[in-house]
Amino acid sequence: MASAFVQSFAELAPDILAAMPGSGLPWLDAFRRGQLDAFVRDGLPGTRSEAWKYTTLRALERRAFRPGDSDAAIRDVDAACLQLEGVDGPRLVFVHGVFRPDLSTLDDLPPGLTLQPLSQALAEDAEPLRFMLTRGEAQAADAFTRLNAALAGDGMVLRVAGHARIDVPVHLLQVGAPAGEDLAWHARNIVELGEDAALTLVEHHIGTGTHTHLGTQVSDVVLHARAQLAWVVLQEAPDGALLFRHDRLRLDADAQARVHALELGGALVRHEFDAELRGEGARLDTRGAFLPGGRQHIETRLDIRHLARHTASDALWRGVADKRGRGVFHGAITVAEGADGTDAALSNKNLLLSPHAEIDTQPVLEIYADEVMAAHGATVGQFDERSLFYLRSRGIPADAARTLLTLAFCRAALDDIGNEVLREHLGKRLAARLPADGETA
Amino acid sequence: MNLLTIENLHVRVAGKDILKGLSLTLGAGEVHAVMGPNGAGKSTLGYVLAGREGYEVTAGSVRFLDRDLLTMAPEERAAAGVFLAFQYPVEIPGVNNTYFLRAAVNAQRKARGEEELDSVQFLKMVREKLKVMQLSPDLLNRAVNEGFSGGEKKRNEIFQMALLEPKLAILDETDSGLDIDALKQVAEGVNAQRDPQRSFLVITHYQRLLDYIEPDFVHVLADGRIVESGDKELAKKLEAHGYAWVAESGEPAGAA
Repeated sequence: MASAFVQSFAELAPDILAAMPGSGLPWLDAFRRGQLDAFVRDGLPGTRSEAWKYTTLRALERRAFRPGDSDAAIRDVDAACLQLEGVDGPRLVFVHGVFRPDLSTLDDLPPGLTLQPLSQALAEDAEPLRFMLTRGEAQAADAFTRLNAALAGDGMVLRVAGHARIDVPVHLLQVGAPAGEDLAWHARNIVELGEDAALTLVEHHIGTGTHTHLGTQVSDVVLHARAQLAWVVLQEAPDGALLFRHDRLRLDADAQARVHALELGGALVRHEFDAELRGEGARLDTRGAFLPGGRQHIETRLDIRHLARHTASDALWRGVADKRGRGVFHGAITVAEGADGTDAALSNKNLLLSPHAEIDTQPVLEIYADEVMAAHGATVGQFDERSLFYLRSRGIPADAARTLLTLAFCRAALDDIGNEVLREHLGKRLAARLPADGETA
Repeated sequence: MNLLTIENLHVRVAGKDILKGLSLTLGAGEVHAVMGPNGAGKSTLGYVLAGREGYEVTAGSVRFLDRDLLTMAPEERAAAGVFLAFQYPVEIPGVNNTYFLRAAVNAQRKARGEEELDSVQFLKMVREKLKVMQLSPDLLNRAVNEGFSGGEKKRNEIFQMALLEPKLAILDETDSGLDIDALKQVAEGVNAQRDPQRSFLVITHYQRLLDYIEPDFVHVLADGRIVESGDKELAKKLEAHGYAWVAESGEPAGAA
């Protein structure tokens, strides 16, 4: 007997599949159908599955969601909430995974930048997308990635031509809005930077009000030789939202990616970040902070694979859990045979602000090459009492002192964001999530 | 009215009695030195006055400007005018020194119902006080005490004191770990802040610091109590004869 969750998709999905962008293309129809069948057949993963050990989906199994939102194109969204300080370039806005031209800004794109919604790309010429869209088929995908493969008909398609250096940041917004029922939405992004291309991408998850929708997003990002990507993610979904994101990044020779993620919102959030450093000299820096409070559950999973010589990765993540918040961090680094000269570092430090908060952290290093520099460390701790007393002895009230120390703790993960205005803004958003005066755990 | 009145103070730390009936009175503008051997309870006295957790007062009282100091939170004591210069100032990575100092100054002003300083007013004040301490302005842009040398840390403490303008400054072994030049600089910073409205409690193991910061009164702390009190000549006697001399000849003082 399938769970209520699976059933809610199984029943309505066939109608939805028929009406999705790109439907009628035999290869796409077959792919989507196959992914949906696999999802219905296997259902949600249980905690016996190693990858889901710390994230239970039992409560989710009992819930039903409407697959798709027929009103997504007309839902009221206040344009003011789409603004992000320091990010004033092309903007793609999706409401419940559906592109909203009325809220987006795609005029006057700089030369070399192609930016369009997936729905439009599928209608115009789907063939170039075929490889990317179907590449999940052969992989052992999880329930949410399959659901996304079957039901995501829209998303962002971004291409930067070789040697084009785009100096305005591209702003991608995924917006959730209150609705009469719980909705499930899906978004599929494809990003490709040509050789020597450069881009800054700002991915922003917000809600226009409280809701308890479920969203999935799968992003494939390919960096060709010497391409440079700066990618900043600000996740501030409403506190009841469920969000499953899966990023798959490929780096060719001497390509560089710098990723910053600030995970603030959502009831149940899981971010999987897979990266393959496939070309010699590729470099990946990931930074991030996650702050589960209330009863939030926020998980970050890194799977970084060094497949070529002289590749480098540096991961620096901070977790802060308050109240009954639960954080999970899994940082896996694999250095493949022959990937000599690899330099890999991973650090995850965590701070518990309440006796009921919990953070589970698991660094995993697998090394099959010979000449490798690898370092990893993970800690979970509480406030340094001496620091707290020092600040208080100078007159700073206890709550403000805790906030100051928490910000300082997280700052290491955000310090090297190149866009100063955006960096300051992220710091403010972070501070706003911290326990305010008089609030206790 | 006395600024600070400590009566029969008993303090227990981690289950062990450290202060065992300490009494001490400071008037406004006075400089008192508390000297004593290691383990006498000198640092405990500083911490318990500043309000550090884990210091259990089992008997006695501390009145500061006619308020019960022991019931006040550390930040309330600071706003009321108590300042502790730490023996080991804490390094706080990620917290900018200027930001911290302004937060501290303004938190105190706010607690006292005074107007907070804007950044222009604050920086003007900082520049004036920096000159006195001969501190390099680039220390302001670094994280609190992070990577500071021993002497810089101690001077930063005295610089903070200058900014916060306390009524009672407690210097906890401010001379420890300093060479003679650094010691002179710190002492100059302290002396520049001597004022009829400001009292000092100088806690030290060695008489050396008192050559540069001249006390009005000297007390000897041994085994959790003041066992001898006198003027600055007492410090010299201690230097000559050692603390064992006090244990033999001294009568408990200040217990009246």
